[in-house]
Amino acid sequence: MDWQALWLSLRLGGMTVVILMPIAILVGRWLAVTPIRGKGALEAVLALPLVLPPTVFGFYLLVAFGQTNWVGQTWRVIFGSSLVFSFEGILIASIIVNIPFAVQPVQRAFEAIGPELREAAQSCGLSFWRGLWRIELPLAWPGILTGMVLTFAHTLGEFGVVLMVGGSIPGETKTVAIAIYDRVQAFDDQGAAIMSAVLLVISLATIALTFILTRRLGRRYD
Amino acid sequence: MTDHADHAPGLSVSLRENAPIPLDLAFSVRPGEVFALVGPSGSGKSTTLRSIAGLYRPQSGRITSANDCWLDTASKHYVAANRRRIGLVFQSYALFPHLDALANVTEAMGDRPRSERHDAAMALLARVHLDGLENRLPRQISGGQQQRVAVARALARRPDVLLLDEPFAAVDRMTRTSLQRELIGLRADLDMPVVLVTHDLDEAARLADRIGVLVAGKLLQTGNVADVMQHPVCPTVARIIGLPNILTGIVTQTADGIDWNGQILHTDAILPLPGTNISFCLRPDALDIDPKGTIPVTIMERTVLGAICEIRLAVQDDILTLHVPLRDHDRSDYAPGTVTNLAIPAHAIHVMANDG
Repeated sequence: MDWQALWLSLRLGGMTVVILMPIAILVGRWLAVTPIRGKGALEAVLALPLVLPPTVFGFYLLVAFGQTNWVGQTWRVIFGSSLVFSFEGILIASIIVNIPFAVQPVQRAFEAIGPELREAAQSCGLSFWRGLWRIELPLAWPGILTGMVLTFAHTLGEFGVVLMVGGSIPGETKTVAIAIYDRVQAFDDQGAAIMSAVLLVISLATIALTFILTRRLGRRYD
Repeated sequence: MTDHADHAPGLSVSLRENAPIPLDLAFSVRPGEVFALVGPSGSGKSTTLRSIAGLYRPQSGRITSANDCWLDTASKHYVAANRRRIGLVFQSYALFPHLDALANVTEAMGDRPRSERHDAAMALLARVHLDGLENRLPRQISGGQQQRVAVARALARRPDVLLLDEPFAAVDRMTRTSLQRELIGLRADLDMPVVLVTHDLDEAARLADRIGVLVAGKLLQTGNVADVMQHPVCPTVARIIGLPNILTGIVTQTADGIDWNGQILHTDAILPLPGTNISFCLRPDALDIDPKGTIPVTIMERTVLGAICEIRLAVQDDILTLHVPLRDHDRSDYAPGTVTNLAIPAHAIHVMANDG
């Protein structure tokens, strides 16, 4: 069992959730309540990671993060290191790839709140942030939780993008999904089986927990 | 609007917009006065209310409350909804479903010290007869109780203006009557202007001091309820307030009567020039079935409506409605098909301006 890879995956998943969710909440709410032209096109762009092959996505990110591109160059100027084959690189890649998994459930949850409650919050004198904190977030919580779990679980299993951007550097970019692939390549079926089982249990547990929590939350106000 | 409005106590509203919702109206409401906006759906009642609340931004207009100016498009002045001291009762109540009755009320008390909120909210809930239900979630109480929470929440901000958007539309008739009675009871303590939006004229008559009849964004008539009911200015207003017997005729050459399909109706009203087409209505409670009358009629239908009896009768091509006290057997007991005569006394005729 490659504990280092598992720990790296858990860290990557956790940090992706922590960084992505606040963004997803603001973007999801904005998409839910703001009538703008071209919203469909914007939603399509945000949903792109769902349909684009991970290797294609990984290839574009690899090019963007490289030394010939301004993104990679800017990063090197500011932080003095390369984005390619680094933990920061796969973290950023993971955040981008997970946008639809985080944003879509959050957006649906905010859409379900209905405009009258937002207006009621305003006419009760609540500021935007107070209304968000006291009224909207508690009501959107099941959707936010779903977004968190989907993002976390998807990060644990992400393979193509991480491999393209990060390679397989132990302790830096070698996640458990890549470790399993390595084990299989090395004909270590038992090692691959153990790690796969651990991943299966973690995934099952998170999904089950979400189902239980969202059902309980959903029942509360009906 | 003049400077006078800046210092006028109460609420002063003037709105103008061509699209998407046509609005062209102005009214003011004194402290403690209940002003009802009545009109068909789509007439702009709710938009007017939402504009006062700051939930809708009209193209042009000015709204002042006491000494605050909430909207003045001329000087690009706009106060956001959460900074206007309003209390709004939504048609659907829009209670926060995850907060209990008490928290729904305290949430609107952001301007008070935290230590005062609990007691103040409990007092408000007691005032709307919800003592003991403060820890219930909205889904755990009845529609009428939810409406009371909504009223308590609207009052929690100590609002400068109270806005009621069809507040009784979502409850059954019995609950509605008792809630209306409670609101009438509360009124004595309310010293702010109250704007009530409703399509129910009885409700407006029961609760409001003055009503404004709104059609396609225009206030066709404002006045006290009895006055509007007795003297609608035009056929549209008469129709909206539910008056029957809206007719048209021509002023006679002697200018003292109306030629209605060949029948001459004499009236004391001041009439326009002879030969002018005019609209008028016949008060259903002032008409009399009288064998000695001059207008031949056929009784079509007789319906008992509580204490009065409604009789519909045919006069040439028109159908008229009469209201006769039920206990007045001689005047109300006519079988359908009876052919008799009708007397139209001068005071039964109300002359109106034609629709613009």
